[in-house]
Formats: sequence, C-alpha cells, structure tokens
Amino acid sequence: MGANGAFFDEMNGAAGETRPHYEAFERWLEATASSRIERKRVQADALFRRVGITFAVYGEAAGTERLIPFDLIPRIIPAAEWQQLSAGLSQRIRTLNAFLHDIYHDQEILKAGVIPYEQVLQNAQYRPEMKGVDVAGGIYSHISGVDIVRAGAGEFYVLEDNLRVPSGVSYMIEDRRMMMRLFPDLFATHRIAPVEHYPDLLLDTLRTVAPNGVSDPTVVLLTPGSYNSAYFEHAFLAQQMGIELVEGRDLFVTHEGVFMSTTRGRRKVDVIYRRIDDDFLDPQAFRKDSMLGVPGLFAAYRAGKVTLANAIGTGVADDKSIYPYVPDMVRFYLGEKPLLNNVPTYMLRKPEDLAYTLDHLAELVVKEVHGAGGYGMLVGPASTKAEIEAFRQRILATPEKYIAQPTLALSTCPTFVESGIAPRHIDLRPFVLSGSEIRFVPGGLTRVALKEGSLVVNSSQGGGTKDTWVLEA
Amino acid sequence: MLSRTADHVYWMARYMERAENLARILDVHHRMSLLPQSAGEIERQWTATLDIMGMLGAYRAQHDVIDTDTVMHFLMFDRDNPSSIVSCLRSARENAHTVRGTLTSELWEAINATWLKVNDFAPSRLAETGPTEFFDWVKYRSHLSRGVTVGTMLRDEAFHFTRLGTFIERADNTLRILDVKYHLLRGAHTPNDAAVDYYQWSALLHSVSAFEIYRRVYRDQITPSRVAELLLLRPDMPRSLAYCMREVYGLLQAVANGRSAETQRRAGEFEASLRFGRIEELMRDGLHPYLDSALERILDLGQRISEDFLVPVTT
Repeated sequence: MGANGAFFDEMNGAAGETRPHYEAFERWLEATASSRIERKRVQADALFRRVGITFAVYGEAAGTERLIPFDLIPRIIPAAEWQQLSAGLSQRIRTLNAFLHDIYHDQEILKAGVIPYEQVLQNAQYRPEMKGVDVAGGIYSHISGVDIVRAGAGEFYVLEDNLRVPSGVSYMIEDRRMMMRLFPDLFATHRIAPVEHYPDLLLDTLRTVAPNGVSDPTVVLLTPGSYNSAYFEHAFLAQQMGIELVEGRDLFVTHEGVFMSTTRGRRKVDVIYRRIDDDFLDPQAFRKDSMLGVPGLFAAYRAGKVTLANAIGTGVADDKSIYPYVPDMVRFYLGEKPLLNNVPTYMLRKPEDLAYTLDHLAELVVKEVHGAGGYGMLVGPASTKAEIEAFRQRILATPEKYIAQPTLALSTCPTFVESGIAPRHIDLRPFVLSGSEIRFVPGGLTRVALKEGSLVVNSSQGGGTKDTWVLEA
Repeated sequence: MLSRTADHVYWMARYMERAENLARILDVHHRMSLLPQSAGEIERQWTATLDIMGMLGAYRAQHDVIDTDTVMHFLMFDRDNPSSIVSCLRSARENAHTVRGTLTSELWEAINATWLKVNDFAPSRLAETGPTEFFDWVKYRSHLSRGVTVGTMLRDEAFHFTRLGTFIERADNTLRILDVKYHLLRGAHTPNDAAVDYYQWSALLHSVSAFEIYRRVYRDQITPSRVAELLLLRPDMPRSLAYCMREVYGLLQAVANGRSAETQRRAGEFEASLRFGRIEELMRDGLHPYLDSALERILDLGQRISEDFLVPVTT
C-alpha cells in the first residue's frame, strides 16, 4: 500500500496525483461527455457479441457463451517501466527453458542441491517420458503467459509463470481493435506501441522450431474443438496466422510422421501449436480415455518427426511448488541477478511454514499447488471466519497440496462501474515468445476484478479486460 | 484444406440456402392461402408440402392436426424440428462457428448476427405483422451471407466448397418447389379454373424471384411448361436447375482430386442433358417423374461429394 494507506493506482499513484503518462488521457476523459462514453460502451458490447468474442462457461447449459466485460479506460504503462519489465520477462523465460532442458537431461540443478530432487521428480507435472528427448532448439515453453501484479509502492511481482497453454492473447488484440475503432482520437494524441502483429511473431516463432531438415514447415493449431472455453482464441489465431485449425480427428500418425486429412489426400504436419493439455494429447501415451488427441503422436514427437509447442512436460516449471525456486534458477543458469520479484511463498509441506500459515490464515492467500483459474484458493482478508475454518481443515488434511502468500495490495486502475468511475484491482499477462530468440509485443492482457475490493481477475469469476497501452518514448 | 473443414463450410452454405428456400416455399403457401379455399383443401396442400420436404413423418409424430398455424410454426420456429428455418439458421451458424477461422471475419459475423437476430422474431410478434416480414428477412440474410461470401472470400477451396453447398442445395430445392406445385395441381377441385391457376403459378414464380424474369423472357401469359422450362433449363436464370448444375460441374473441376473422376463425369452428363435438353422431352412422361429422377441425381451427387472429399482419409 502507498504512504497514505491507499492502494497504488496506475493513474493516480499512491499519493493521488495524476502520474505524467496518464495526464493526456485524463484531460480527454474530463473533456468527453459521459453520454458519449456510455454510447460507446453499448456499441462495444454489441460489436463484441456480433464478432462472437465470447468464452464458453463450463458448468452452464451446453453452448452457453458469454462476453468478457471490456472496460474502456486503458491501463497505460510508460516506456521506462516496460523496458524494465521486458528485460525481466526475457530473463525469466530463458531461465525456465534452461531449467526444463536440464531436468529432462542432466539434472545439474538437482545435483547442485539448489532444488531438492523429490520436488521435481515426484512432482505430478514432471513427465518421465520426456527424459532424454531432444526438442527442437532446446525450447520447451514457446508461448509463456506470465502473470504480473504490482503491489506496495508500485513494485512488480510475478504471480505465476504459465508455461502450458496460456490463453488470453486474442483479447489483447481485440481490445486494441475495439479501442481504435471507438476512440480513434486517442490514438492520434498518444504514441501507443502496436500489438496487432502478435500473430506474425507467433507464426515466425513456430516456424523457427520446426524439426531439423524441414525448410518450409507446415504449422497447424490443434484445438479441443468448438466447445472449449478458449475456442474463439484458437480460431482467431489460426485465422490470423493463415494456418489450419485442426482437431485430433483430423490428424493421423504413420512411421513417416504426422499428417492431416485434406480434400486432396494427406498432408505432412511439422509444427503443432497445441491448445490441448498434455494428458489429452495421445491416448496411447497418456490418458487412454482422451477423445481429443492423436494416437501415436507422442512416439512421432519423441522420434523428432514433429514439434509440439509448447513441449510436453512444461507444467513442472510453472507449478506453484517450483515457483519459489525461480530466483535461484536465474542465478544458477544465467549467473544474473533476478530482475523480477517473486512473491514470498510459504510451502506448507514444511512444518514451520505450515505453522505460520495456520496462525495467519486471515491475512494470507492460500492456493492449491496445481490449481488454476482462481479456483481452490482462499483469500484470507476477503473470507468469513467459517470459510477460513473450512479451508483450515482442507489444509490440515493434505498440507503438501498448498502454498500460502501474503495478500498483495494489488494496484488499481480507474474503471467504469455502475456508480461511475472507481478504482478496481488489475493484473497484467504479457505473452513471451521463445523460438530462435525471445520476442514479445509491448504490453499484454490487463485483467480487472470488477467487483469492489475483489482481487480475483479471472474471467470465469467476474473479471473483465482493458486495453493495455505501452507508450513509446 | 482439411476434409472436416470442407465438410463444415459445405454444410454451412447448404443450411443457409435451405433456410432461404424454405422461406420461399412457405411464402408460396402463404400467398396461395389467401385465395378462397376449403379447410380440406388446405390440409391437402400442407400434407403434400410436408411430404415433398421430407418432413411429413416428423410432423405427424408431434401433431395430430394439420392446419396452417401449426404447420407454419413447425416449419418456421420449432427448434426440435431439425429442418425448421430456425434450426437451419442454427446449423449454419454451428458449422460456421466450428470453422470460423477459415471464413472471412465478415462472413462469420454475417452468419452469427443472423443467428443472434432470429431469436427476436417471436411467433407472437408475427401474428401482428404477418409471416411475410420474416420470410423477407430470412431471404435478405441469406442474400447477405452469399454476397459477403462472393465479395470477401479468397477463391480457394473453402470458397469452392461453400459454393458447391449453395448450388447442390439450391438445385435440390428448386426441384422440390416445382414438385410442390405439381402436387397442388394434382387432383385439384378446379383444374380448369384459370384464375386460381394463374395465381398459383405466379405465386410460385414470385417465390423464386422469377416473376419479373418470366415476364421479361416470355413476354406472354404464364403457362406450366414455360414455368418448368424457366426453372429447369434456362441457363441464365440463377435458380434454375441448369444454372445450378453448370456451377456444380465447374466447382467439381476446381476441387477435383484422385478419387473424384466418376463424380465429375456424372455431374457433366447431367449438366449436358440440361444444356441440350428440351422441355417437351423432359415432360414427355409428365413433370413429376422427371422431377423425381432429377432429385435422385442430385442426391447421388451429394452423396458422392461427401465420399470423395469430405470424409477424412486415414492413411
């Protein structure tokens, strides 16, 4: 929290003075009639619905599609802050790729005692099948969605490294298109770094990790299908990249490699940007009941006939029980000082951490080690006594399944709500691409918790999004 | 392109075209129902139409009586009837949704917006405005989808399979529209009533947007054999069987693969018979037997297109 006890606000800082990079926007906001903005909100809603930018909601009637609320006030990041952030992200993703290569090969970091063996090898996300498999370019996490929050007096923290199948990048692009369409005048008065070339960078990244000897690789995007919650994004990215959007049933494997079934017969596939979890990729290698995967895919992958992005087995590196070691990894693999902060983390498998956590449940956030999407967590300060006690019992039953962190005073950003404009908590998910080099578009997806006081930004739990502007220097 | 993707775009176009043609067929009925006639006559007409559309069994399974309101609701809004206009628009949208990345954004948006909007046409509202407003809207949305297809899509396989779906479905539907008329005439109580006959044929021409075309082409009174000629053989009439088959034949050449030679041959043979055929010969044994055999050939082509292109290969 800032000096006066308020949260750090992206627009107003800690002291309530408009920060310089928001001044032009604030003048615009004051000069713009609220009726115009209200009209634009209605227009944005209708446009998103017509374009079909929706996400499917699990647990509701089949085929239910909802809009993710879009807020018109952008989250603005000055050039210097982005420079600092991007250097830290690049360092972190290089480190995590080195870690993944290491634990599936020589395991130097375990031998050196930096991370205990059992933390990695007995982790449910560790894939022994990947031991000794050489992946193209030594890259495991080609697309990483690192969740960043800002707390205290404005320091950045990494909350999670999402290295499996991170989603949300389509909203980043669509939010930008929407803002440009609704408020072209703002883009004339601000120097906003473009983000719409992300699909170009992604395709280029995927082409650089084709199997050896393939000069003009065929890249496809593998989706679980149109009932998946992120289907819009799968279709969007495939379309923007001009590649085929395939389902498991469109692919088959022979001793020569992976093929797709087309109207002109079979066609070889070299790189698969897969948006299906490891478990469902290949019923012969992983879950036998998977209807989404491709029988024999893992064997073809092991034999180097095809590249999967992201690689199989990346989940061990973004696991919450491994997360506390990332700063040590940076020092171990790169010999550098970590540029991004980790949130202090209590590992409840450790008796002293467990004891501390149980004494301070009302102040802490407790998360399941393998949880995601904001489910299975306790936000102490926002919970009732009864909820805390119920969660205490769950922790006591299987402490090793949980970690705890101090409740961060997440930064806020002014947001349209029923009563006008009010601060709401936000986070940031930049998308980091790793191929022959590390690249990204400036910014990322800003998610906002629309409920007053809420810290949970997930779209499945009432979160919305904002356009994210990185101002050019 | 992926066989499955081709299958989805093909059916997307077929369902959109089917929704439009169903609106057209119902529009004929609606216009005819404005003529004085008995309840028995109305029931007979609806029975014939449901039969030709292949929905009589499904209708009887749900309803005991055949009257205009019930049948119209069944064919327009019944979500449990997979062939109703609303269901066709939903199927078009579902198919488009599955392959939206293959379509241009404009085409996806046109089809999605149609589906979102159809829910605004509550049956109760139509009681005030009459069904014509709805039929016109369905035709307009179909025109829009087709126009966006032609105006925005790359001339690649996705385009060719979309168009193939459009013309196979339209050929099928044109034959059925003619057949409905044939059944209505058969056994009519007033076979020589020139006024009724005129209204029935002109309603049919209106339903396929051909009334003005007929007047321009023939500059003469409306006769059954000329109507048949216009809808079966005119090469320049965009809803005629000849026109549809010329498109189908050309599209099959564009997408030809190693398995499709026989399908192309059959399409070419059929197309040639229409190009060089004369209406007197086609109707020698009566219109209905010809329509039946032509419909068989269209169904056969549809089946062969599925097998040659749309069912995935696995080796």
